[in-house]
Amino acid sequence: MNDFAHLLDRLAYEPRRNAKLRMLQDFFARTPDPERGYALGAMTGTLSFREAKPALIRGLVEERIDPVLFRLSHNYVGDLAETTALIWPAPRDLPSPSAGSGLHPAPDEARVPSPARERGHVAPHADRSANLVAPAGGGGDARVGIGHNNPPPHVPTLAEVVETLATIPKRELPQHLAEWLDALDETGRWALLKLVTGNLRVGVSARLAKTAVGALGGHEADAVEEVWHGLTPPFETLFAWVEGRAERPETLNPAPFRPPMLSHPIEEEADLEKLEPEAFSAEWKWDGIRVQLVGGRDRAGAQVAKVYSRTGEDITGAFPDLAEAIGFTGTLDGELLILRERRVQSFNVLQQRLNRKAVTAKLLEEFPAHVRAYDLLTLDGDDLRAEPFATRREKLEALVTRLDHARIDISPLVPFADWEALAAARADPASVGAGEDADAIEGVMLKRLNSPYLPGRPKGPWWKWKREPHIVDAVMMYAQRGHGKRSSFYSDYTFGVWREALEGGDELVPVGKAYHGFTDAELAKLDRYVRNNTTKRFGPVREVAHGLEAGLVLEIAFEGVQRSTRHKSGVAMRFPRVSRIRWDKPPAEADRIDVLERILARGEREIAPGATLTETDA
Amino acid sequence: MPTRASDLLTLTREGLYCPLGGFHVDPTWPVERALITHGHADHARAGHGHVLATPETLRIMAVRYGEDFCRQRQEARLGAALRVGDVTVRYAPAGHVLGSAQIAIERDGVRVVVSGDYKRAPDPTCLPFEVVPCDVFITEATFGLPVFTHPDTRDEVRKLMASVALFPERAHIVGAYALGKAQRVMALLREEGWDRPIHLHGAMEKLTELYKREGIPLGETPKVVAADRKDLHGAIVLCPPSAMQDLWSRKFPDPVTCFASGWMRVRARARQKGVELPLVISDHSDWPDLCRTIRDTGAGEVWVTHGQEDALVHWCGTQGIKAKPLHLLGYGDDGEAEPTPADAPEPEVAA
Repeated sequence: MNDFAHLLDRLAYEPRRNAKLRMLQDFFARTPDPERGYALGAMTGTLSFREAKPALIRGLVEERIDPVLFRLSHNYVGDLAETTALIWPAPRDLPSPSAGSGLHPAPDEARVPSPARERGHVAPHADRSANLVAPAGGGGDARVGIGHNNPPPHVPTLAEVVETLATIPKRELPQHLAEWLDALDETGRWALLKLVTGNLRVGVSARLAKTAVGALGGHEADAVEEVWHGLTPPFETLFAWVEGRAERPETLNPAPFRPPMLSHPIEEEADLEKLEPEAFSAEWKWDGIRVQLVGGRDRAGAQVAKVYSRTGEDITGAFPDLAEAIGFTGTLDGELLILRERRVQSFNVLQQRLNRKAVTAKLLEEFPAHVRAYDLLTLDGDDLRAEPFATRREKLEALVTRLDHARIDISPLVPFADWEALAAARADPASVGAGEDADAIEGVMLKRLNSPYLPGRPKGPWWKWKREPHIVDAVMMYAQRGHGKRSSFYSDYTFGVWREALEGGDELVPVGKAYHGFTDAELAKLDRYVRNNTTKRFGPVREVAHGLEAGLVLEIAFEGVQRSTRHKSGVAMRFPRVSRIRWDKPPAEADRIDVLERILARGEREIAPGATLTETDA
Repeated sequence: MPTRASDLLTLTREGLYCPLGGFHVDPTWPVERALITHGHADHARAGHGHVLATPETLRIMAVRYGEDFCRQRQEARLGAALRVGDVTVRYAPAGHVLGSAQIAIERDGVRVVVSGDYKRAPDPTCLPFEVVPCDVFITEATFGLPVFTHPDTRDEVRKLMASVALFPERAHIVGAYALGKAQRVMALLREEGWDRPIHLHGAMEKLTELYKREGIPLGETPKVVAADRKDLHGAIVLCPPSAMQDLWSRKFPDPVTCFASGWMRVRARARQKGVELPLVISDHSDWPDLCRTIRDTGAGEVWVTHGQEDALVHWCGTQGIKAKPLHLLGYGDDGEAEPTPADAPEPEVAA
């Protein structure tokens, strides 16, 4: 698994998507089955095996290394797996790979008379192997062995590791782990430890890994997604198919995920001029998360219900209340929302339901999940995706009516005669029937009536037209270098707004960070500004002059405000970006924290669990 | 009264001082008489009265600071005994960079060795380290933690060449300390068969020329011409660490940021610097070599000048060797503390 580990290592440092893709393709193309399949499993989070606890690893190290040295090292490196990988002593008694590979004399050794030679200086590489025999690095382990008779340790493949971990009893784990650590190189040890502790963060999305697999045979990632959910590691049938050696794997999953259709943004009203209003249908864009509800029957005829995220992640376990509502055979596309007293709650509330480890009865009760249906992809075995939206919509309405389930309703259409009318609706959803839910509306969606359901983000059939963002004038306080192509530019800006200081007067308090919204030419100007106005440096971060007299005002656009305990200001913005650079504006005239507090107060008007409809305007 | 180690070496504001010899070793301030171990800027400073160093180190200092870097210079031949004041000094190779030496200070059979910075790994650009048996060994501990085990440099260079093969359209910008590390990387590349030009940042040109004059073959090493940067697809370009992420690096075709340093062993350090291809190549001893060297010298007492002193002092204790940290300030860590010509004022410095 050293090879896989080196791939992970390289991916972790590479910020560019295309470069990652090339590394992945290169790996999949040259690595045989089942190794590459388990690698794909590790990268897509589909492996399952017995995990090791940190205490077990610490124990293994302390059998080999002076605990004081280990503690000092751990403090320095900061990460247990990495410290262990680096400090793990090489198995003794073994010639190092480079030992005996000949002398490595300095070219000038012969030229300059060296006293070293008279004193019996040993060639450097031989030194190295001598070092392994006499343990200097082990930190006090006295088991010195002489003799090079042992065979080299067997370097495990990823497949062996995964298959072993899936089958061995718990008590055998330490011994296997120690043997593998002995055999692997330092990067291999790091990857192994991350893998067995369940902390393997790869730096690539499952989607990117699937894209790379598809590219082996000229398939799009969506084609891989289509077959994905029936498959398990090591994915041999998948690789055989993309490489043209076998038929497309038949999905055995009675409720498979199907890649969703996404939209393009309308940037400005002028974009609408090119579109004919009568060819489109409009509905609200709800501020939840996009999900897919899939129902089917397994071979035994039992109902199978799945909830998938937009990226195809199976989230059924987190939403048993939704799964229960899937009493149909088909694929429904919709928005996951939290409804209380029939009112859509803000994204803040939805977030409290997401990313929870345990789904408790209390959670289900306080945060009831709901799906607002947008589209219907399949129904009773028929694939509807080639049919026009208008037809699919009719079938969707009929299905939702037939289901008559409290957790599934239809996304209402927004009537409009022309673009002006739609603009008015977008500006004030409450005025066209959105009622109390208007605050949970992000904008409007436009769908061409005759559009088939196309996976991915085709340009033309679907458009999203978001509501005007919130705007605040803030002052640049810190700047940090970006990544990849931007690594020489100060492109990430922390900005602040004014508030009253405890000691009197006004002070700037940081409220967010933005790293896009400007053109390359503007970035060059901002970068120069940062360099010319630096007041302090903290590693990669520069403090930029900010105060009543000096400072640069950035107009920041954002989608909302949330409470935050991590920020000094107590608030955090959603999707902040630089909308304009106010070279002209004096920093003293930037906005105050009150502006954000007011937006926050509006968003918090949602109904508290168990509370009645009485509204307190905070 | 017998000579004690403290008569041979003690600590002053300027750094290590030999009272019986009347000289400092690698002083961080200008002094009357300085013995210099090697040419890195934190050890070899300009402005001393009298400087004793190896011929290579003296030439390096002249290139860096100009011919008038001190009032009077004297060459120390490796292995030759020299009388300085009431002590005998002898220079022995340290394996760190070209001209680097340890300095043994001796009187009445008591010997103290100031090792300066040293390594025991092979380096085609300098003489290998020589073990000098002694009573007190003064060591650095830049990589004085057992997590630091430097890998074989040849594998690191192969990693760089494999990346060039995978991304032939991108320039590979390798940050490397201008004295020693850069030339070692060049020599290693040549050993691995890289026969295309190795492009250099302007700040590396003079020292590289010096290495070539000293008889170290480094092949074709053209200086990067500002206007040509955009055309250097698939090229390997060496620059000082400070230039890696600065304006200078911007014009190369989709550069891969590489850094050759012992610190690259630790992921957080590499990530903090925005490095995309870390190359673990160090001119300092790793942990096993620090321990081995202390044992090899047979020293009964060890003083640790700078770096990660605690772990090494602890280890000496477990080996029955007396040890103390000196906490010397002003010495850098593998090139990172080198005063940089860049974060250059705009427009960018000549490359």
